Amino acid sequence: MTLKAQHVSWRRGGTLVVDGVTLQPAPGSTVGLLGPNGSGKSSLLRLLQGIAKPDSGTITLDDTDLALLRRREVAQTVASVTQHADTDVDIVVRDVVRLGRTPHRSPFGGELARDERIISEALEHVGLTAKADRLWHTLSGGERQRAHIARALAQEPRELLLDEPTNHLDIRHQLELLELVAALPVTAIVALHDLNLAAMFCDTVVVLQHGRVITAGPPAEVLTPELIADVYGVRAHVTRDDYTGRPTVTFQPGPPKGEVLRPLQASTSVRSA
Amino acid sequence: MVVGEQGRALNALTLPVAADSPSRRERQWSRYGAASVLTLGGLIVLAVSVGVAVTLGPADVSLVNVRDILLNHLGLAEIPVRVSEDAIVWQERLPRALVAAACGAGLGLCGAILQSLLRNPLADPFVLGVSSGASTGAVAVGMLGLGGSSLGLSGGAFLGALVAFGLVLLLARFASSGTSGVILAGVASTQLFSALTSLIMFAFADSDEARGVMFWLLGSLEGMRWNDVGLSTAVVGVGAIVCIASARSLDAFAFGEDVAASLGIPVARTRVLLLILTALLTATLVSIAGAVGFVGLVLPHAARLLFGQRHARVIPATIVLGAVFMVWVDAASRVAFAPTPLPVGVGTALVGVPVFVLLLLRRKGRA
Repeated sequence: MTLKAQHVSWRRGGTLVVDGVTLQPAPGSTVGLLGPNGSGKSSLLRLLQGIAKPDSGTITLDDTDLALLRRREVAQTVASVTQHADTDVDIVVRDVVRLGRTPHRSPFGGELARDERIISEALEHVGLTAKADRLWHTLSGGERQRAHIARALAQEPRELLLDEPTNHLDIRHQLELLELVAALPVTAIVALHDLNLAAMFCDTVVVLQHGRVITAGPPAEVLTPELIADVYGVRAHVTRDDYTGRPTVTFQPGPPKGEVLRPLQASTSVRSA
Repeated sequence: MVVGEQGRALNALTLPVAADSPSRRERQWSRYGAASVLTLGGLIVLAVSVGVAVTLGPADVSLVNVRDILLNHLGLAEIPVRVSEDAIVWQERLPRALVAAACGAGLGLCGAILQSLLRNPLADPFVLGVSSGASTGAVAVGMLGLGGSSLGLSGGAFLGALVAFGLVLLLARFASSGTSGVILAGVASTQLFSALTSLIMFAFADSDEARGVMFWLLGSLEGMRWNDVGLSTAVVGVGAIVCIASARSLDAFAFGEDVAASLGIPVARTRVLLLILTALLTATLVSIAGAVGFVGLVLPHAARLLFGQRHARVIPATIVLGAVFMVWVDAASRVAFAPTPLPVGVGTALVGVPVFVLLLLRRKGRA
């Protein structure tokens, strides 16, 4: 009973950006989507949200094809925060968060006390209560990001899709945000660049390269120096943190061991060889 | 992970709520109450404006006489009035003022919708090429005699507007990108039909004809009759109902189409529905009164500055403000250079720009 992708592929402008991906997150778990720029993380999130339709394969929500559901029905269960969602409208933070109530209200339905309480709690969760009456354009990048997260929380989702939610955030807010996401009783699928954050907060990580799933599993099994060298083309040292028991990745300058420096593209041929 | 944090998170998303607590009823009432009182107040201001506007003109008619004439025609009284005054008020000024109100309301409404839908503060009802299509249609009928006498300037303008909008939809579909595609298609279509209009006028018109068409294009409420009142208020009424029902969807467009979709809005359907609605509404109004500029561009901004960004308020506010504004500007443009009438489109810009600047300054002072 969750959001699943089965063998989905999506061709965008002639390029296969998502290539036969299957994703079946355990309900309530936090899944990290990893991979370099252009590996298909954002595209996969668009498909999971139903904003784009796959060319082949299916996305299902509770075993119903997403394409057969009305947008409103999807939005009552699935919330998402994309990158670069900005506005010129003079809107205050509280009204941004209020947008999250949209799928739960009818065109002529009134404001309910319950809506107001959910909005306040969402603001509290991301630490924006004091800035609820501020105008959007006066917020910093990190505050905007948190406002979007609060908007998604106000949607009361069961599935939460986040595209690089820690962008623009300082380290404290990065940690707080992911801690919150991991603690929420939702299935969260989170595209992340920071491997250490993924290792700390994700139950499962899925590594994408050129639109394909390279490997998936618990961070401790997946995040190895070999994988990091293969997928990202960098040299890394992975240790186990004594306190958390989670892997910690330390990067080192220079090309991966045993490889001469060359473009990222070449790493595929190494893997398939 | 801190246990307390987790508990709070769980509570936030799962707490059940008593169905009909008093606070809920109160809140609903107060929110609707405030909006209704404002709307009601606006409608009273509008009615008074129409009443006063009707008294203005070369032949003075007192407010009391206007009231008597109205009561007579509504069958509520039998008060003796002068036949000439009755004709001026009932046959000329009142229909004209009411069409002005409908045009102001409708153009303001279209502007508000398009600015939100296309996420462009410079969008106005004519961004979809409707007005330049209408002018081409009008000159084609007026100067080339296309369609014969049955069509008339209005009919030609309406058809021209629809052709231009059809072209915009077609181009936007080929461009297949979101809002910017629609705007670019609108620009292309506007340019094309403006060029066609100029070509026809250049090649076929004598100067008197050209002046007549130009006057009409700038917007004119000369010679409005009751059938114009019926048509314009009917389309504006339907448009207003659909748009107020879409208020929440329009709010969701603030952060673009992807966010709107993730909030459960059927983006493509909503967009096409509202684009077609605004195009039909604009085409109808332009065919009745010409392309009255400025109202659709600036009145929505005025409504936002005064009443905030939420469409549940912006839409009714724009409708009322647009109607009141247009009634007064039309009255002023009738009276200012009497007996020579000023095109109402000139008046809207001359009066509207200073008002808008004042609003901007007020906003700056508040921020």
